[in-house]
Amino acid sequence: MSLVLTHARYQFLETVRVPIAVIGSSIFPAMSMLFFVVPFTGNDPVAATYATGAMLVFAVMSACLFTYGIGVAEDRAQPWDPYLRTLPAGPLARFAGRILSVIAIMAIAIVPVLLIAAFLTEAMVTPAQLLLGLAAVLLGSIPFTLIGLFIGYALPSKAAVVVAQVVFFPMAVGAGLLTGPPAGAPEFIQIIAPYLPARGAVELVWVASTDFAPNVLSLVMLGVWVVVFGALAVWAYRRDEGRRFS
Amino acid sequence: MAEILARTIEVTRKYSAVTALDRVSIDIHAGELVGLLGPNGAGKSTLVNLFAGLRRPTSGTVELLGGSPLDPVRRRGIGVTPQETGLPPTLRVGECVDFVAAHFPAAVDRGALLERFGLDDLVRRQIGGLSGGQKRRLAVALAFVGDPRLVFLDEPTTGLDVGARRALWDGIRQFHAEGGTVVITSHYLEEIEALAERVVVIGEGRVLTDGTMDEIRGLVGIRRVTLTSAELPDLPGVLGVEHDGSRTHLLTVDADALVRELVLADVPFSDLEIRPTSLEEAFLTITARETITARESQTA
Repeated sequence: MSLVLTHARYQFLETVRVPIAVIGSSIFPAMSMLFFVVPFTGNDPVAATYATGAMLVFAVMSACLFTYGIGVAEDRAQPWDPYLRTLPAGPLARFAGRILSVIAIMAIAIVPVLLIAAFLTEAMVTPAQLLLGLAAVLLGSIPFTLIGLFIGYALPSKAAVVVAQVVFFPMAVGAGLLTGPPAGAPEFIQIIAPYLPARGAVELVWVASTDFAPNVLSLVMLGVWVVVFGALAVWAYRRDEGRRFS
Repeated sequence: MAEILARTIEVTRKYSAVTALDRVSIDIHAGELVGLLGPNGAGKSTLVNLFAGLRRPTSGTVELLGGSPLDPVRRRGIGVTPQETGLPPTLRVGECVDFVAAHFPAAVDRGALLERFGLDDLVRRQIGGLSGGQKRRLAVALAFVGDPRLVFLDEPTTGLDVGARRALWDGIRQFHAEGGTVVITSHYLEEIEALAERVVVIGEGRVLTDGTMDEIRGLVGIRRVTLTSAELPDLPGVLGVEHDGSRTHLLTVDADALVRELVLADVPFSDLEIRPTSLEEAFLTITARETITARESQTA
């Protein structure tokens, strides 16, 4: 266990020492918050709370897709990775350490969103709703963790950068993360949103933090994304293991 | 015979259609300083990767410290050099050493280790800001972090200047003198010649020769006769002639006979020297001979 923490600590250090990577994950959601949420939700606490939930999911989506997708792909290309496999530890320590370090990055990414929501909008939650909401954010990050791992293990790093970007934006917009409260979204987004993983994730957050009634289809599809990309991530991981370490 | 720390028994390793190692059996005994020699693609790296637990054999057995190299507990007793190009650029030198040390139950003292490799001033420097030579020294130092019984050094001094290379050699010799076992691969034959006691030449996935430095040189049986002479007649038994300023090098299988011929020919000469061929000459002869044999057996 202490080795897992050691790996988490050094991977986190490696990431935060490239400040642009961390700034990227936290500035983008913070800016979206300032441009799309603060001016448009006005005095409406319900709309502001919905929008804040959406931005939290937006933030963990970008943290997961980019940190896992690009991070794993880059590490695979470096000879440091096989060197670590010669140390007396199984591959689990590094893998679990990576998960912990990305959770830390996610925390950094959502802090500005929470601060902006608290001080610049009318968003209101009880402490219990806040905690439940954060738990829902963590739960909702699972499909993006798996998609990120799949991208990272399946693709070379140059391709991973592009694919993570291409996947990220349409998923966020399509799920209605940037179009305010669920009922106010354009019609085509209302039609496609339930099929995208970000929608199920954000509905979990809304259920936890407001009196939102979830769409069953969104939650079922969230489960489908987790199962499908869980299987794909395992496949890509095993394929990579087979190529490099068998 | 000393305890066997690592060995392969009839190990074959294939990468799809390519056979990297072909029924290789080799023992590494405690206290040895073994040089692995061979052209690129000969199978040296594959052999080291098998010992370090990075790869599994297609067939045959690999043993490390009495168990399997895939068992992390066995790997506590070994140290491996990473390629310096992969060292995490954002970590500081001290952090990198601490990180590796966290994997070992009895890691060595960081300060002493860094001092031994001339890195003690750089503890707080980020690795990305080090020179190539400093990175190389750090990479080699990492092999010694876990107080290993056996280290695998892959091209330890590539890219170092002469002074740094000799300092590193001294470090390796010191480890060996204190009872450590070393397996070293290098493109620099000079490096193997300076360090190794036992030389294993690998070519096309097989062990071509395995013996002491003297045996390897002697195996080729060629002597180098060097002298200063204005003009030499054609002499019997001379395999090759090289000129180096006023000096002339004659390569021969029988140096005694050549000297007799030289005296009988009654030509003036001075500063006669007879030396065994260098490892480089031996190496080229062994691998060339092997390639020719391999080609002949393919066409046959």
